[in-house]
Amino acid sequence: MLISERVKIEPLWKIRLRLALRSLRRNWALFWESRIGPLGLGIILFFVLLMIAHPILMATVWDSRVYDPIVGFDRALVGRHPAPPSWAHPLGTDPIGRDVLSQLMWSTRSEFALGVTSALITVVIGTLIGAICAYFGGVIDTIFMRLADLVMLFPFIALLMVLRSVIHLDLWRLALVMGILSGFGGITITLKAQALTVKVKPYIEAAKVAGGGAFHIIRHHIIPNIMPLSFLYMMFNVTGAVFTEAVLSYFGLLDIRMSWGIMIHTAESAGYLGAFGQYWWLWAPPGAAITLLCFAFYLVGRGLDTVVNPRLRKR
Amino acid sequence: MLRYIGWRIAQIFVTFFLFLTMVFLIFQAMPGDYTKQFIMNPKIPPEARQALAERLGLTGSVWDQYLHYVRNVFTGNLGVSFQHYPREVWDVIKERLPRTAVLFLVADLLAFALGYPLGKYIAWRRGRISDYVVTVTGVLFYTIFTPLLAIILLFVFSNVLGWFRSGGFLTPSLWLRPPVSPQTVFLLLTATICGLLGLWAGSHFLTRRIGHPRPRAWARRGLVALGLGLAGIAWGYSGIGSYAWDIVWHMFLPVLAVTLISFGGTMLLMRDSMLEVIREDYITTAKAKGLPEKVIRDKHAARTALLPTITNFTIGLGFIVSGGIVTETMFSWKGMGLTYLEAVLQQDFPLAMGCLTFTGILVLLLHLVVDVLYAFLDPRISY
Repeated sequence: MLISERVKIEPLWKIRLRLALRSLRRNWALFWESRIGPLGLGIILFFVLLMIAHPILMATVWDSRVYDPIVGFDRALVGRHPAPPSWAHPLGTDPIGRDVLSQLMWSTRSEFALGVTSALITVVIGTLIGAICAYFGGVIDTIFMRLADLVMLFPFIALLMVLRSVIHLDLWRLALVMGILSGFGGITITLKAQALTVKVKPYIEAAKVAGGGAFHIIRHHIIPNIMPLSFLYMMFNVTGAVFTEAVLSYFGLLDIRMSWGIMIHTAESAGYLGAFGQYWWLWAPPGAAITLLCFAFYLVGRGLDTVVNPRLRKR
Repeated sequence: MLRYIGWRIAQIFVTFFLFLTMVFLIFQAMPGDYTKQFIMNPKIPPEARQALAERLGLTGSVWDQYLHYVRNVFTGNLGVSFQHYPREVWDVIKERLPRTAVLFLVADLLAFALGYPLGKYIAWRRGRISDYVVTVTGVLFYTIFTPLLAIILLFVFSNVLGWFRSGGFLTPSLWLRPPVSPQTVFLLLTATICGLLGLWAGSHFLTRRIGHPRPRAWARRGLVALGLGLAGIAWGYSGIGSYAWDIVWHMFLPVLAVTLISFGGTMLLMRDSMLEVIREDYITTAKAKGLPEKVIRDKHAARTALLPTITNFTIGLGFIVSGGIVTETMFSWKGMGLTYLEAVLQQDFPLAMGCLTFTGILVLLLHLVVDVLYAFLDPRISY
């Protein structure tokens, strides 16, 4: 009797799935052990909840004429805006009578969209260039490395301040510009260093001997092996993107309808930032939200760092 | 080592030219003719515009303009600022570059002095509660929204406690009839700070012959204290001490803000690099020899771990400069960042271009200093 008849051989996908699940469980345990990673994840989840809750609240409890984040106005409080927190407005109203909490929740969506889009673009570009530079070396490598030096040197916010008079910067264009610019920056150097350690592994030799072309090897052998690191850098890039957007909107340089930075900008341009303690609800909630979201993604990045980088784990 | 430094200088020169080209191209891409800005300002006569256009080579082809621009950067002939008409751009930059440089220098040194020992300490106590608390605090300050930090600092220190003025470079009422210009006082202050730093570095060199570490440390501290005392006495008797103190007083909050936002970066880098080092065999050997923990941590591990931290520090330079722009604006510290932001907002392009160029030069110089420092610290770079 043949073995295959006695032992039922599992299909390949099932084995792959089991392996993937096992490594996921192991990595999750490492991530959990880092303690700071889960803290960041918790904060991100909190913001996701805020984001989901806004349309629901708008559809059920909140009257859109009063609570709309951009054109809302509370007639009941005319002459008393910015009004301090009350039951109707848990975080008060802004100088032109819009609900602060509603603005805060509404902006979460665009912050996530901006951060994730920009970081994705950065990581895709960075990974591709890192892998290509490591594999080919030579002139291509030199060009991209000098370019990375240049981008790293450039104060990012200063550059975007000028670029805004050339390009009409709305949310998506900002994400695109930031993503592309930082994609050619420091991330390529780090990912190239990682790809170089992968390139000298025996299985790359084996793939070459088996007749694999350059792009086959880059796509199937190098990139999958530097993916974890790219994913890690994605988290740090989300922090950078959200921070940059907030600073630019705070200076009133962007063409975005509402964001956390713009909320502080509104408070400042209406002259309410001078009396710090008196009108705290105008700057503290959006400021705290920007800080917390950047903080959370950075912590998740640090947590992932312990998973990806075995040298940082506990002894 | 000289060869290494020469090679780095050559590389930095190439980067510098790329940078100049990029700045030029960005401003070329600007729509419209920038000499037509401020056309409504009656104080700027048309002849002045014409003269400016000729000085900047705006009448020629793009290539001509580029050559003009590069030559002008090296000769400091950057044109006239519209905003501060009829002041020269170079004049404005000459006044403001030292302010930014001193702010960054002091704040970054403080940030390093705070981040390096903290990183060392938390790496050694990895996984304990103090590690988590310090790491989370460091990340929080590192990622804090800079304007928020500035608002909080201003609120606490100048509204509630009333210790510091709420911003600016000096108190105008104090400077009604100053014996010397603020710029002179500031440059003297800069010289004092640099001199003290030089003394600190030199004290290591002077005391290297003293055999035992403890008297050596005391001799170093004595020298630095002597320098501080002498500087204090000199300023006290110079008659402009109160003016200098006014500037230092105004510098306090911006320096604190930049220190707080940048110490986290150094600390986290130091922690990671330290964690890698303490797995090395020679640390185990040192432990087996029975050396005290403190000696292993400070002498054996931290010195090796310092090198990657310094390399990675250069990666964060751009970020620090961006943070500096925001900090200067929040505290109305009239440095390059604030000048640049104002110039961009008012579309004063000669000034904006000059500021961007010279901020880049400042960053490149910092880059070079860090590289040279690295070459001194790493015995492997000798060629």
